Amino acid sequence: MIVELGHFALILAFAVAIFQMVVPMAGAWAGNRGWMATADPAASAQFVLTAFSFAALTYAFVTSDFSLSLVVANSHTDKPLLYKITGVWGNHEGSLLLWVLILTLFGACASWFGKNLPPTLRARVLAVQSAVAVAFFAFILFTSNPFLRLASPPFDGQDLNPLLQDPGLAFHPPFLYLGYVGLSMAFSFAVAALIEGRVDAAWGRWVRPWTLAAWVFLTIGIGLGSWWAYYELGWGGFWFWDPVENASFMPWLISAALLHSAIVVEKRESLKSWTILLAILAFGFSLIGTFIVRSGVLTSVHAFANDPERGVFILMILAVFMGGALLLFALRAGTMEAKGVFGIVSRESGLVFNNLILAVSTFVVFIGTIWPLIADLFFDRTLSVGPPFFDAAFTPFVFALSVALPIAAMMPWKRATIAKPMRALIPAAVLALAVGLLTWAMWTGQSAIGPIGVSLSVWLVAGAATDLWSRTGRGPIGGRLGRLTRLPRADWGKSIAHAGVGITMFGVVTLTGYQIEDIRVAREGEAYQVGAYEIELLGVDENVQGPNYLSTMASVAVRDPETGAEISLLNPERRIYPVAGMPTTEAGINNGVTRDVYVTLGDPQVGGGWALRVWIKPFANWIWGGTIIMALGGFLSLSDRRYRVAAGAAKAPVAGVPAE
Amino acid sequence: MRRLVRAALLGSAIFLAAFPGWAVQPDEVLEDATLEERARDISAGLRCPVCQNESIDESSADIARDLRLLVRERLVEGDSDTEVVDYIVARYGEYVLLSPNFDGANRVLWILPLVLLGAGIGLSVVYIRGRASAPAPAEAGLSADEQARLDAILDNDRAD
Repeated sequence: MIVELGHFALILAFAVAIFQMVVPMAGAWAGNRGWMATADPAASAQFVLTAFSFAALTYAFVTSDFSLSLVVANSHTDKPLLYKITGVWGNHEGSLLLWVLILTLFGACASWFGKNLPPTLRARVLAVQSAVAVAFFAFILFTSNPFLRLASPPFDGQDLNPLLQDPGLAFHPPFLYLGYVGLSMAFSFAVAALIEGRVDAAWGRWVRPWTLAAWVFLTIGIGLGSWWAYYELGWGGFWFWDPVENASFMPWLISAALLHSAIVVEKRESLKSWTILLAILAFGFSLIGTFIVRSGVLTSVHAFANDPERGVFILMILAVFMGGALLLFALRAGTMEAKGVFGIVSRESGLVFNNLILAVSTFVVFIGTIWPLIADLFFDRTLSVGPPFFDAAFTPFVFALSVALPIAAMMPWKRATIAKPMRALIPAAVLALAVGLLTWAMWTGQSAIGPIGVSLSVWLVAGAATDLWSRTGRGPIGGRLGRLTRLPRADWGKSIAHAGVGITMFGVVTLTGYQIEDIRVAREGEAYQVGAYEIELLGVDENVQGPNYLSTMASVAVRDPETGAEISLLNPERRIYPVAGMPTTEAGINNGVTRDVYVTLGDPQVGGGWALRVWIKPFANWIWGGTIIMALGGFLSLSDRRYRVAAGAAKAPVAGVPAE
Repeated sequence: MRRLVRAALLGSAIFLAAFPGWAVQPDEVLEDATLEERARDISAGLRCPVCQNESIDESSADIARDLRLLVRERLVEGDSDTEVVDYIVARYGEYVLLSPNFDGANRVLWILPLVLLGAGIGLSVVYIRGRASAPAPAEAGLSADEQARLDAILDNDRAD
């Protein structure tokens, strides 16, 4: 019964979405305030109905309602409750329902918090947002309905893929979707502005928080996915340039470009048409990402050809929205005149450089991702484009961006000199060079990428600190420290996010450049040394019973070879999930600030002993530490007072000391 | 001798279950550390033909193991890195190359990033020079109503 109500609510939400797509838009056209005003209750209703529908599906998963074919395919009565809930979005249909839930949530937020937007712009934004929702409701109801019943329900389900039964991955999709879908707001604002025919500072101010929020969520989502891959897939890889990963990385890169170019629109009223184009493309890449993941077209062209219905549907959504928006852009972009005048050396130019690098690198990732498809369709060549290509093609962009970032971030608007920020940055540059040389000296004979990368990451972090410090003006240290605490949160957010980039880069460079690996047959009681650690296999228990799996669990001691003191006792496992019939490898990891000791258990060997693989992974956690710091910087910027004011949360003048 | 080594290796393979993440087995590792390092580097650039975007260095599939053994066999025979890769590509097709060759249509893939970057730099320079030489805009851009609204929104921004 609840399931049927959920199904019904979804259909009703579809109908409301169609209404909201048409009536407010017509109202804005005709200047009819009553019609425009219908967008608000409609947006709320859409969200409430979709939320109910999602709750109904969750209920079916939690109560293991095996009359639903989706629950049968993705759940099992023995599964822990957490994974029954996360199983709701651990599959195609459920994840799309989550997608529209978030889409309608953003639409409702625009209605709730957008009271001070001009009424026509607001009506148009909500109508465009609803048009996106219409497409996805139709997609769900016509090709991927999660509420389909089975005529003869089985006694139990087929279980969720055991790799997905993990906290890291359980919350990876919701964050990614918050990011993907958050970019739909930027898209709706861009299209609405094109229809209105005007883009001003207020528009830039409105689009930026949405983009920033989307970018923060994407950062967290990508970080979670990477962290999961690191500890769950069993060899400590954290990024594979897989099409599915690239699908989330492209929107991340281009939304980073967008949130920087929107600053120029907001503060200087320049780069308007470019920002609009980026907003359209950012959501376009989100749709492309959805297409790549949901159609399976890139993992196997043939799988796509066998079951093209869903893929073709998303491709049509992509064609309609991108085609329509870009056509509108071509017709209207010329009317948006830039106002701000700026010198060749200025912060504006710095942000143009930022956009250039981020946009071109996005397209490089895009070309690499779809090249196998193009080669197959047009040149009849079956080939692969993998990590070696992306490493070679992408790394130069990262380096170029890192070199310029601290300098550009400190340049003033309008007219600047390079010399002034460079003088302030001399200590940062010296520190970066020194650490780079030290790295080079410690690990001679390795590739040059390591020391350069380390040096650049120090440059980024020290540059961010310099930037923040320079905002405190002149005078005695005490006064500057006091002013530091009173700087706007946006300033803190900017520096923290930029430092986060450096920290992640440091982790990536040291981990890829300097990890130590050891593969051998380990015998119980025979200690051996890997890097600066002593490893000993203490024993293997072959019959460990988990809640829904069987496990072979080893005990491995990690010791200090000098003193013999135990640092950690690790339990790498090999699990078999009988219901899904899938084996998994659970690594034993001793996390540390400067290194992880990462141990996986292999097969029992013919002459006794077990295969054991041990890595010392330097600064591994800095990769995800940096992503958290980036996200934190984004949140801080987002909580800056001017947004709360802009959002209408505080109408009265805020009391307090001005920042400068 | 080679056949013997191979038979021994295949014999031990019977005990292997396909546990993910367990690619290079201890019995595959070559005595010669330099050769082994070369083998790992080559393996990281070759795709496992039956996997979803995994190199043979990462994959636990049987065919990936066979290929890893083949790579090591060729290296022990004295092949150069390029010869080993060519040998594998000749048998399994260019699909196994994770870094596509610079030939035919693939030139587009390799050159396009540079072309895009060049075009981007060109456009940026034209744009920035245009803005630098543009006359200052007329100040009366906003109506009174718009100005009032903007003031309300920008209220506390003068701190920046």
